[in-house]
Amino acid sequence: MSDYGKLLPQPTADTQPYWDGLKAHRLRLQRCADCGKVRHYPRPVCDACYSMRIEWIDASGGGHVHSWTTTHHPFHPGFRADLPYTLLTVDLDEGVRMNAQLRGLDVGQLRVGLPVHVDFEQATDEVTLPVFVPAR
Amino acid sequence: MSMREVGAVTGVGETQYMRGTERTPLSLQLEASLKAIEDAGLKPTDIDGVIPYGHGAVAEDFITNFGIADLRFSATTPMGGASAVASIQCAVAAIGAGICNHVLLSLGRTGYSGGRIGARVQQMPQFRLLAEFEMPSGAIAPAQLYAPMARRHMELYGTTSRQFAEIAVTTRRHASLNPNATMRNPITVEDHQSSRMISDPLRLLDCSLESDGGAAVVISAADRARDLRHRPIVVMGVAEGHPDSPSAITQRPDLTTLGLAKAAPKAFAMAGVTHGDIDVAEVYDCFTYIVLCQLEDLGFCKKGEGGGFVQDGRISLDGRLPVNTHGGLLSQAHMAGMNHIVELTRQLRGEAAAQVPEAEIGLVTGYGDMGDGALAIMRRT
Repeated sequence: MSDYGKLLPQPTADTQPYWDGLKAHRLRLQRCADCGKVRHYPRPVCDACYSMRIEWIDASGGGHVHSWTTTHHPFHPGFRADLPYTLLTVDLDEGVRMNAQLRGLDVGQLRVGLPVHVDFEQATDEVTLPVFVPAR
Repeated sequence: MSMREVGAVTGVGETQYMRGTERTPLSLQLEASLKAIEDAGLKPTDIDGVIPYGHGAVAEDFITNFGIADLRFSATTPMGGASAVASIQCAVAAIGAGICNHVLLSLGRTGYSGGRIGARVQQMPQFRLLAEFEMPSGAIAPAQLYAPMARRHMELYGTTSRQFAEIAVTTRRHASLNPNATMRNPITVEDHQSSRMISDPLRLLDCSLESDGGAAVVISAADRARDLRHRPIVVMGVAEGHPDSPSAITQRPDLTTLGLAKAAPKAFAMAGVTHGDIDVAEVYDCFTYIVLCQLEDLGFCKKGEGGGFVQDGRISLDGRLPVNTHGGLLSQAHMAGMNHIVELTRQLRGEAAAQVPEAEIGLVTGYGDMGDGALAIMRRT
């Protein structure tokens, strides 16, 4: 843990279930317990009906590429050894998006709409991060 | 109450822009402020409102250093690179409400010699969601967060890196004419294409500078402005706009539309002018793509047509819409767009280093904090 040099999340009571889910290799999303709108990133209020009642659902893990970037410049020393790395913006099947690194695919094969699936990588004892791999 | 023609730019000031300094941001900010106040023909004690750029000097610094006995108004507009132009709206609103007469907008920074951008954004409260959900994956700096917007635009509309290069090359040519620009050696499209990749599709020459310096602007009540040193540059229309999903670009319904798209129709309507009336445009240029996208969101062309719009010399000094005549953030200095307001003022006074002949009406935009936008349209008198 102590030699993990990258940035780590600092979960709050509003977001802890998301991180707990990743640790258990589940991608969990917030859903409004009143109107049913799924939202991401986790936050206290539903922007459709202003309800503060929340439930957590397990996402399918599937989605499609919305956009991407491959980073070549070391903006943070902890990520220098990973360069170049590719960040995907993905439309999840549940209708929200998320950002995570790409694994297992050549960047040249990326295109808008490419199907991908979430996977999980342990960062520290406490934190597991999502990544995307090509859909099976 | 309409804010149309309530306020005018009466003074502008800049330090020497640098890449390397021992000076403090406060010292640079106060030097630029004194120059702007002097340029207006005012005394420092005439300033009765201040809107300092965030993360720098605060109202207390101006009271202490200038001996202002009765500061009547202070505010900040925390919108990153949109702050400076949004401050014009804030200043005009305060003036129109009768609170104050001479509002000082100012910024000083050591973006080159002090903390770099990747380290700064991690600390900002408006990026809390990014800090928790994107930065751990390595999405840290604006270049990385904006690159997917550019990539999406390219994929949807066929926009090319060579079109981004048109913006970089043209802006550098303008900077080469400006004695107070830090990057004055001309570049070519090929130089752009061979510059190192930062975060695909953004290359080094798509990115703005990190600079040391200060810039400031005095906005005065229009009825007080006429007696000052220069002919006032009147604010005809001004507005700010915030994008959907303002802090997490990832969640934005349309990655290629910025907050400026909401501000532009309001500012044009307030000003009572059309796009054909605009003689010069100072467009916030933290990245080349952001200029292209704003030209669309301003309404100069349709969404998706920005790549073609910037070609064929259209945005050059002698083109139909000269853009960033001072060299912008890309080649003059990164003064968070305060330098764009300074330049528009000089253009409309007819005293710019690279002057657009007969410039009568112009606009200045701000863009920042992942998508916030602001627009001011001004005219000479």
